[in-house]
Amino acid sequence: MAAVSGLVRRPLQQVSGLLRRRFHRTAPTALQMTVRDAINQGMDEELERDEKVFLLGEEVAQYDGAYKVSRGLWKKYGDKRIIDTPISEMGFAGIAVGAAMAGLRPICEFMTFNFSMQAIDQVINSAAKTYYMSGGLQPVPIVFRGPNGASAGVAAQHSQCFAAWYGHCPGLKVVSPWNSEDAKGLIKSAIRDNNPVVVLENELMYGVPFEFPAEAQSKDFLVPIGKAKVERQGTHITVVSHSRPVGHCLEAATVLSKEGIECEVINMRTIRPMDIDTIEASVMKTNHLITVEGGWPQFGVGAEICARIMEGPAFNFLDAPAVRVTGADVPMPYAKILEDNSVPQVKDIIFAIKKTLNI
Amino acid sequence: MRKMLAAVSRVLAGAAQKPASRVLVASRNFANDATFEIKKCDLHRLEEGPPVTTVLTREDGLKYYRMMQTVRRMELKADQLYKQKIIRGFCHLCDGQEACCVGLEAGINPTDHLITAYRAHGFTFTRGLSVREILAELTGRRGGCAKGKGGSMHMYAKNFYGGNGIVGAQGQIFEAYNMAALWKLPCIFICENNRYGMGTSVERAAASTDYYKRGDFIPGLRVDGMDILCVREATRFAAAYCRSGKGPILMELQTYRYHGHSMSDPGVSYRTREEIQEVRSKSDPIMLLKDRMVNSNLASVEELKEIDVEVRKEIEDAAQFATADPEPPLEELGYHIYSSDPPFEVRGANQWIKFKSVS
Repeated sequence: MAAVSGLVRRPLQQVSGLLRRRFHRTAPTALQMTVRDAINQGMDEELERDEKVFLLGEEVAQYDGAYKVSRGLWKKYGDKRIIDTPISEMGFAGIAVGAAMAGLRPICEFMTFNFSMQAIDQVINSAAKTYYMSGGLQPVPIVFRGPNGASAGVAAQHSQCFAAWYGHCPGLKVVSPWNSEDAKGLIKSAIRDNNPVVVLENELMYGVPFEFPAEAQSKDFLVPIGKAKVERQGTHITVVSHSRPVGHCLEAATVLSKEGIECEVINMRTIRPMDIDTIEASVMKTNHLITVEGGWPQFGVGAEICARIMEGPAFNFLDAPAVRVTGADVPMPYAKILEDNSVPQVKDIIFAIKKTLNI
Repeated sequence: MRKMLAAVSRVLAGAAQKPASRVLVASRNFANDATFEIKKCDLHRLEEGPPVTTVLTREDGLKYYRMMQTVRRMELKADQLYKQKIIRGFCHLCDGQEACCVGLEAGINPTDHLITAYRAHGFTFTRGLSVREILAELTGRRGGCAKGKGGSMHMYAKNFYGGNGIVGAQGQIFEAYNMAALWKLPCIFICENNRYGMGTSVERAAASTDYYKRGDFIPGLRVDGMDILCVREATRFAAAYCRSGKGPILMELQTYRYHGHSMSDPGVSYRTREEIQEVRSKSDPIMLLKDRMVNSNLASVEELKEIDVEVRKEIEDAAQFATADPEPPLEELGYHIYSSDPPFEVRGANQWIKFKSVS
């Protein structure tokens, strides 16, 4: 692991050159990149590309970021581009929205999205609705980013998933990266988008390394907002998820594959605008659907997917009712045994799949 | 003084017939009380402030010493348990700030109401909970004061409203100031100014660091928060002010935390080790009280050492309990969602997993 992270710190050309020499390949091969470093790289590239881009939030500058996501950026870009704010979410979110209205391109970091509730009026009423309310006159090119959802042992006030709340609002775009490729591509797309984009990261994923394909290493690599990705092809059931649970779904799929059940796992990547077409096409192929999310069940992402499936052509292809796997409908408890049972586990996903397939 | 000398000489004379030195210590006469000079508080919109001298009785002194030592040892034990991964999630320790919680409690009544942010273990203790219940809550066990469901930041007691995880309330506090002053609410607003907001020094976060003046139309006091007698007198003064119907008042306690912001912050990237050492050697609240008591014959060094031994044992026993106590039962995951409601069903990770919810 230490060797791998050592590799990551070197410039990419050097690394691929090294690999080239060692393995006698002409094309650069994939390297390992953690989600944290991918977001860092994405922001770094966009800060370099456009001087109107800047980052503000608590501890983002001199502390290198509460979770070290903005490590090195203040040293590179200085006080005017990387700004430490006082602990005043409503205040600095408002300042960020104003800056976006005036023509800058702010990245507003919430230390966790739980703290965004302090500023939610600015996100919804000042950012999301403004282009509409102004009849198309005033865009708000802002990015709100930070960790979302459950972590480990951080209890009720620090574990909420905001995908459903922000996904509810017209005028906002909401993305939820899972792996490093998602993380880099989506943050870059979000920064280049002229609309308010909420980027729901995941603290437990920050340190997880993934294979980083060659095209992701480019400075113009973008993951389009509004397009889901089929992470694993399958024929028996469609499993739709976003963020960290995508990994659990793939684990479940591996286990079930040994029993002859082939799951098609879809990584939503974007919550809003939802790529329902990809989900529908998959359901029309597999005839079965489960959704998996970390958030609470009521009025959640899974609930929306199920409703939309009913409204579209895929409904007639379902051989069984669609099933949701979610967080438990309780404020997140602290004790480990209770917390473990309040988030969707691989066993819950497997159980739901088998029930749906009537196995 | 003369009486005391006479008493001492009588004792010594008597002791000459009893060879055991223990008897000498046991029958030594301590002073009943002593008068101390305390630092004058800075005042904002107040003609007079708290007194600059105070009388400390032996009984009170021993009580405060024991309480502060208990908080200190409890926090250090929490540090240990966190490093052993027996405590998880967030853990914000208050060692260094003992004079604040103990001094505050000394100046108010148990029937007064108190609320604070996440650095709450000390207050939880001074408001009446046992070290056992606190440590068991930190370790997430059923014997914890919140049955293991709250964790470090969510501890409650009678007339103690937590333990709250979300701050960022700069705007909110001014709203509170306005309403409290408008309606003359008997409210003491307290700022434990430990010089840093997470990793940001007050100079980098506040346009004015004279927090005691920031209530504007609300009078304020700036208090030496490392001197428990100063805190007690200021609290008595502030409480009397409120109880007389004059409205709210502000107290800024100048204090210091030895640990970083939380257990994930080493606390040395934004301040020097020399600074921490200097506070420890010159202003440690427990040391200050001890020196005063010993120098004015309110207690002996040996006596205080005995208290140290007793406190250490109490903490050890509590830690044993906190480590051995079982986790809360899984069946209770859904309990306590609503108050005073009939039982209902709570959904788990999928529709087939159900938990009972009881008030």
